[in-house]
This record gives sequence, structure tokens and C-alpha cells, in this order.
Amino acid sequence: MYNLKKTRQGYADALIELGAVIPNLVVLDADVAKATQTCDFQAIYPDRFFNCGVQEQNMLSVAAGMALEGFIPFASTFGVFATCRAGDQLRNSIAYPQANVKIGATHCGITTGGDGASHQANEDIAITRSFPNLTILVPGDYEEAKMVTKLAANHHGPVYLRFGRDAYPVIDEIHGPVVIGKAKILQDGNDITLISTGIMVSEVLQAGKNLHQKGISTRIIHMPSIKPLDEKAVISAARETKGIVTAEEHSIIGGLGEAVAGIASLHHPTFIERIGMRDVFGESGQAQELMDKFGLKATEIVNAALRILKR
Amino acid sequence: MAEISTEEIAQLARKSVEIRRNILTMVFEANSGHIGGSLGSADLLVALYYHLMVHDPKNPAWKKRDRFILSKGHCTPVIYAVLADCGYFPQEDLQTFRRPGSHLQGHPFQPKTPGIEASTGTLGLGISTAAGMALAAKLKKENQYYYVLCGDGEIQEGQVWEAAMFANKYKLDNLIAIVDRNYLQTDGNSEDIMPLDPLAPKWESFGWQVHSIDGHDYGQIVAAVNRAKKASQPVVIIANTIKGKGVSFMENKVEWHGMPPVKEEFDAAMKELDHV
Ligand SMILES: Cc1ncc(C[n+]2csc(CCOP(=O)(O)OP(=O)(O)O)c2C)c(N)n1
Ligand SMILES: [Mg+2]
Repeated sequence: MYNLKKTRQGYADALIELGAVIPNLVVLDADVAKATQTCDFQAIYPDRFFNCGVQEQNMLSVAAGMALEGFIPFASTFGVFATCRAGDQLRNSIAYPQANVKIGATHCGITTGGDGASHQANEDIAITRSFPNLTILVPGDYEEAKMVTKLAANHHGPVYLRFGRDAYPVIDEIHGPVVIGKAKILQDGNDITLISTGIMVSEVLQAGKNLHQKGISTRIIHMPSIKPLDEKAVISAARETKGIVTAEEHSIIGGLGEAVAGIASLHHPTFIERIGMRDVFGESGQAQELMDKFGLKATEIVNAALRILKR
Repeated sequence: MAEISTEEIAQLARKSVEIRRNILTMVFEANSGHIGGSLGSADLLVALYYHLMVHDPKNPAWKKRDRFILSKGHCTPVIYAVLADCGYFPQEDLQTFRRPGSHLQGHPFQPKTPGIEASTGTLGLGISTAAGMALAAKLKKENQYYYVLCGDGEIQEGQVWEAAMFANKYKLDNLIAIVDRNYLQTDGNSEDIMPLDPLAPKWESFGWQVHSIDGHDYGQIVAAVNRAKKASQPVVIIANTIKGKGVSFMENKVEWHGMPPVKEEFDAAMKELDHV
């Protein structure tokens, strides 16, 4: 069994480590510091923590201002508010002028659970992908969450970091370093390719095991870097296997699946099935119930792979 | 002359105990939900739904009904408990709170739940929606009132003040906002997180009439709303409340903003509320 840990805790723990070595790093929050867990940073570095109250729009432009004055702000709130409520501030104060702001977005995806559709960011990757200049990193577990946070701090330019609410499996296979623009090849194979981003990595690995039992040679790729995306990894997968199944805890519109399809269609058109939220809003429930209900489990990934192999 | 008799006040007080018990039960059973702000605003909703508002639970689409919009949308336990008790939907539905397939979502979803007038969840939406509805009612020459409940943390959102300007411009005297002034939000005391005081002058300078009251005193709630109805401008009632009101160990405690109780806490809380 896997150890379960929160990705947002990885964000918070990395911020504390970074605080010790980067004196101009500051953390902002918008009255959800106990949920994003930046309250841990606040406890150690109270003078470098700024609670903006329930004001996400103000927070993002304030962060841009601090970046212009030489600080490295990590602005933290839930994914829906970072990208929808404060979407303009993210676009025009941060992405467009390339402000050196890092957005720590927690409570992304359906596993946000009980709060329901209003709080489940299933479109934040789509929104942020469409903003030029913005780097998008989506970690698959606690350790990768720490890695992307540190990577963002040391990368000049705006970065969107995507975390969840729940505790997710900690997966040794993905613990090699995260490199912006690079995929992690977890397993080689030449029948079919499975590509995960974020916490879907555990479902993809499970699907890979199930396919292996059926004698199917499966390439497994994990993509913590959504933008820039590892085009080479996509093109070789398209060339060398029969097709690709993508899996993301996000809408199938505008996310990993469409990014992969966009690259493949240009270089080597192939069969691509996208696992994700199928253009519907979520609802209240427990994380795993909702993963089941909305078809985000390994069985769906296996079925999609089998459909491609039958074509 | 009192605007509400002592007998009626006693009835409302009894009702509020039932509502508070249902709030606790829903959040305990769902093991998720917002207790503090629900308990704290229970008296306001009880006064509105059982005394002040003109509405018909058997006919939720009745055009002339007064509307209530929960802008602080996280406090669904209190509105669901009240709507169920009024008869908008069966009491048993409360057991499905926050479960897949339920019409009782974590945050209010207007298309699904009878009696829910507007979808909210992102703080700040509800007051603008209420202003739009109030403006529409004026265009249609209808006379019902639009009540909207905001949290004090919520009114830190810029959108709230955009709505405040808008309501003043269009003289929305059919709009009555209530600010649940409990001085608490998710991360702490509002004056530490993002100071709001002096609050009344802010609203006054935006062109609103302001009444400050004790939000647990039915006489004061009723008097303030009756005065608001006579105004020729939008009115805000700043209702000073105690977050977690009714359960001693939850009162004024920031921890109870969004934390469900464990069994012992639930039992202890229900014990404090057994005097119906
Ligand atoms: C735009 C937005 N930002 C953040 C949140 C998360 N959130 C839910 S409740 C809350 C605090 C609300 O405090 P307040 O309005 O004072 O409510 P009350 O004290 O009555 O519970 C926050 C920040 C949200 N729902 N919407
Ligand atoms: Mg409050």
C-alpha cells in the first residue's frame, strides 16, 4: 500500500525550506492560509507573510507589485479563485508582463470533495495554459509538490503550481528531479502509451499493471511540466506505440489531453483518448467516490487503452 | 409599541434551537461543512423565514415572494435546515447533505434546491446577484423585498463594494443586505486579517442606510428590517453576532469555522441544545 500525503503540505513544507535560503521570498494568502497550509510559513516567518483577507484579485496584483520591487512572492489560494475570480490579475498583472510571481493553487480538481462544484477547479489548467509566458507545474504527490515549489522559486518568471486538497499516494517512481519542459518516462513499452499529470499518476500506474497482466506492453509517462510540455516524449510515443491515453484530474477540455493531441496531430496523428472530467461540473462527495463517479479511475484508463488497441 | 410580541419571540427562540440541532446533525453526519457561521446566523434566518418574509414553501416559484440570498454560501447548513423545516423539501433530505447525487450541495445551487434563490460559493457573488434581482423587480414593477446575507470576511471582496455602488446608483430600496458581523473569518479575527472598522461609515459613504443591531435579538432584528422597508435607498443591517452561537465551546472560536465535530463534541453540543 502507498503512503498517503497531501500535496498542499508539500507546498507548505517547501516554502519553509526556501524561506531559510531565499531572503526575498514572501508568501501571500487570501484568508485560506490554514487550508493552503501557508500558515506553517507564517508561524516561522511572520514578517514575510501577508494575509490579504478575502481578496484574491487584490492579492495577485499586489504580488505583481512586490515582484517588480525585487521580491519573489508566492501567492496562495484555491485554484478556482486564483484562475477564475482573479483571472484578469493573473493574466494582465502577472503573465503578460512576466512578473516573477508564483501562484500556489490548492484545492484543484474533483478530489476537493465536499465543498462541491463551486470549489473544484477543473478548468484551471485550461485557463492558465492559454496565457502566454506562464509556466505550469502539476505535481503527482507530496515529494513532487516540494520539488516543483523549489523549482518555481529558482526559476525566473511567472509559475502556476497546482495542488490538491486530499492526501494522495506517495509514489517513488516519480521521485527523480522535475525539469521544466521534461516528462518522466516511468516505464518503456511499445503497444500503447499512458500519460498522467498530477495525482492521476497512481491510477495510470495501476492501469499499466492491469495492461501488463493482459500481455500489453505499456509505455508510462508522467508529466509534471504541463507548460512547456515535453513535445519529444509525445512525438515518440505517437510514433512508437499504437496510441495514447491521457489522464488528468481536470476537464478533458484544454488540459493535458488536448495539449498532447495538439502536438501529436502536427507531427504524427494517432489515436488519443482523454480521461478527465467530461465537460461537466463536479458535485459534493468524498474524493474517491467522486473519482469513481466521474470516471477518473484505472479501469477507465484500461478500457480506453483497449479501445485504441482494437482499432 | 413592540413590533413583535414576547410570545412570538419565545416561539422564534424555540425554533432556533431546532434549527441549530439540525445544523449540527447535518455537519456531523456529512463529516464536513461550516458550523460556526451557520450557528451564528441562525437567529437572523429564523427571524426572516418565520416572521418577516412573505413566502410560500408549497409554491417556491410564487412571483410575489420575498427572496433571501445566502451570499456567504458556505453556510448551507443553516439555510438547508430552515428550508426543510419550512417544508420546501423533505426533512430526510438533510441526511444527504454533501453526498453525491444530493440536491444539498456544499454550496447553494439554485437549479437543484427548492427555496434556494441564487447559486453562490465564491464569496461576493450573492450581493451582486441580489442587486440584479432587485433591479429586475423594479423594472417589472414588483414589490417584494430582496434580503442578502454577507459574511464580514466576505465584504473584504472588492465585488461587494461594486455591488454597493450599483445599488446606490439605482436606488434599490427593495434590497436589504445583512452583514453577519462576527469578527471572524477562516484565518482569524477580521481586524487582524483585513480590518473593516469603522464599518458603518463605509456603507454610509456608499449611499446606504445603516442599522447596527444585536443579531441574536429578535426584537432588534424585526425593528431593523421594518425600518429598512421604509427607506428610499438600499439598507444594510450590521448584525453583531457570535460565531458558533448556542454551543458554548464553539462560540467565538475560529477553529469551528469549517471543522466538523467528532462524536463526543457532537454529543456535548446537542446536550446544550436539548431545551426545546
Ligand atoms: C472568493 C472566495 N475566497 C475564499 C473563499 C473560501 N472561504 C470560505 S468561507 C471564508 C471566510 C468567510 O468569512 P465570513 O465571510 O466572515 O463568514 P462567517 O464568519 O460568517 O462564516 C473563506 C475565505 C470563498 N468561498 N470565496
Ligand atoms: Mg465572519
